Amino acid sequence: MKNTLLASKRLALSESGFVFDPVSGQSFSVNESGLVFLRLAQHEDDLDKLTTQLVEQFDASSVEIKRDVQDFINRLQGFLK
Amino acid sequence: MSITVAVTGMNARADNPGPGLAIARCLKESNTPTRVVGLGYEALDPALYHRGFVDRGYLLPYPSHGEDALLARVCELHEREKFDVLIPCLDAEMQSFARLAPTLAGMGIRTFIPNSHQLALRSKDRLPELAKEIGIASPKTQAIYQANFFHSCQSQDWQYPLMVKGLFYDAKIAYNAEEAVAAFHRIAGEWGVPVLAQSWIGGEEINLAGVGDGEGGLAGAVMMKKRALTDKGKGWAGISIHDEELLAAAQKFCAVTKWRGGLELEMLRDTQGGLHLIEINPRFPAWIYLSAGVGCNLPELLVKLALGEKLIPSTPTPAGVLFIRYAEEAIVSLADFENITVWGETLRTEGAFA
Repeated sequence: MKNTLLASKRLALSESGFVFDPVSGQSFSVNESGLVFLRLAQHEDDLDKLTTQLVEQFDASSVEIKRDVQDFINRLQGFLK
Repeated sequence: MSITVAVTGMNARADNPGPGLAIARCLKESNTPTRVVGLGYEALDPALYHRGFVDRGYLLPYPSHGEDALLARVCELHEREKFDVLIPCLDAEMQSFARLAPTLAGMGIRTFIPNSHQLALRSKDRLPELAKEIGIASPKTQAIYQANFFHSCQSQDWQYPLMVKGLFYDAKIAYNAEEAVAAFHRIAGEWGVPVLAQSWIGGEEINLAGVGDGEGGLAGAVMMKKRALTDKGKGWAGISIHDEELLAAAQKFCAVTKWRGGLELEMLRDTQGGLHLIEINPRFPAWIYLSAGVGCNLPELLVKLALGEKLIPSTPTPAGVLFIRYAEEAIVSLADFENITVWGETLRTEGAFA
């Protein structure tokens, strides 16, 4: 998980949610929430702090956000090898 | 001042092109005005007729005619065209040109290619040995002379699927002994023996094209991930990437071999993220035009090295630039086709194909 967070720093992000990984050559699209997460992840290494920032931005409980973050990172792993 | 560069590999077939046309296109976009002379082996090599990138086209004798015939033809063409540099770019002709390089240099034709020893080092059947020296993993590879091997290989620690490869060209994934035997006979029939068996590793292929400066350095490099393949497994779309591990592998390869000339590293990143060396080609790949596309024109760089010019240190190339290959019909006048068929050269006057 830590590695995926670190790897997300290298991603090229566009306003449209189009994402390109310059190391693997993979590209994919994320929704608005995913884009918010990736933008935060490019500046924040600590997952707990990152989750706190998401809780402040979204109208959802901390438990829900943590679950969604976990799910998102798992999906992200597949693209960042 | 304009220079004249001879380029081989004019077999720009849609599904599996030789690199010559892409090299010519790069040279036409270089800062030095360049006259490109295409050297092909068949009258239907399309790039011979592409007047946009290739100013004149000539036929060479088939490699089976021997090096004396090849040298005689190059001498004859040099008298007419005054080649400054010659860039061979087909695997099967590299050894011949490596042996002829000193003679060509004596005639004033510069090449910038590996010598015979360097070529042998990266030969497909010696890849694991070289990979070990560079410190990179590589799949198990064995030279096979008899098709029977594929029926008994599972008792020798091999498992299906595995790759069946020609020493110069061609590769086929085989899921069982029957498929492997069929691939062996097809490849052996076309390219001779040995045929190579190589362990199959699942993952994503990544490639690097570069130029070794002959003194242990990598003068320039462009990295690419294939995004779409033809039926033959050749890339028809790809995107530039920047992978530090891949770059380090190429730098190590150049340092160990003192590689001189163009190269392509084919590597595979497995599902756990490990990097494996699959193949090293001793020349530019067919996708070399991407190098001009990302602002690091590698054929231009190679010509500068061949001419002994000073190089500006290369800068990292941008990731995220795509190439998408397409097929195009060359329109050739009957007179031009007649000329290349009968005399082995395209017409001196402008043909219909511009």
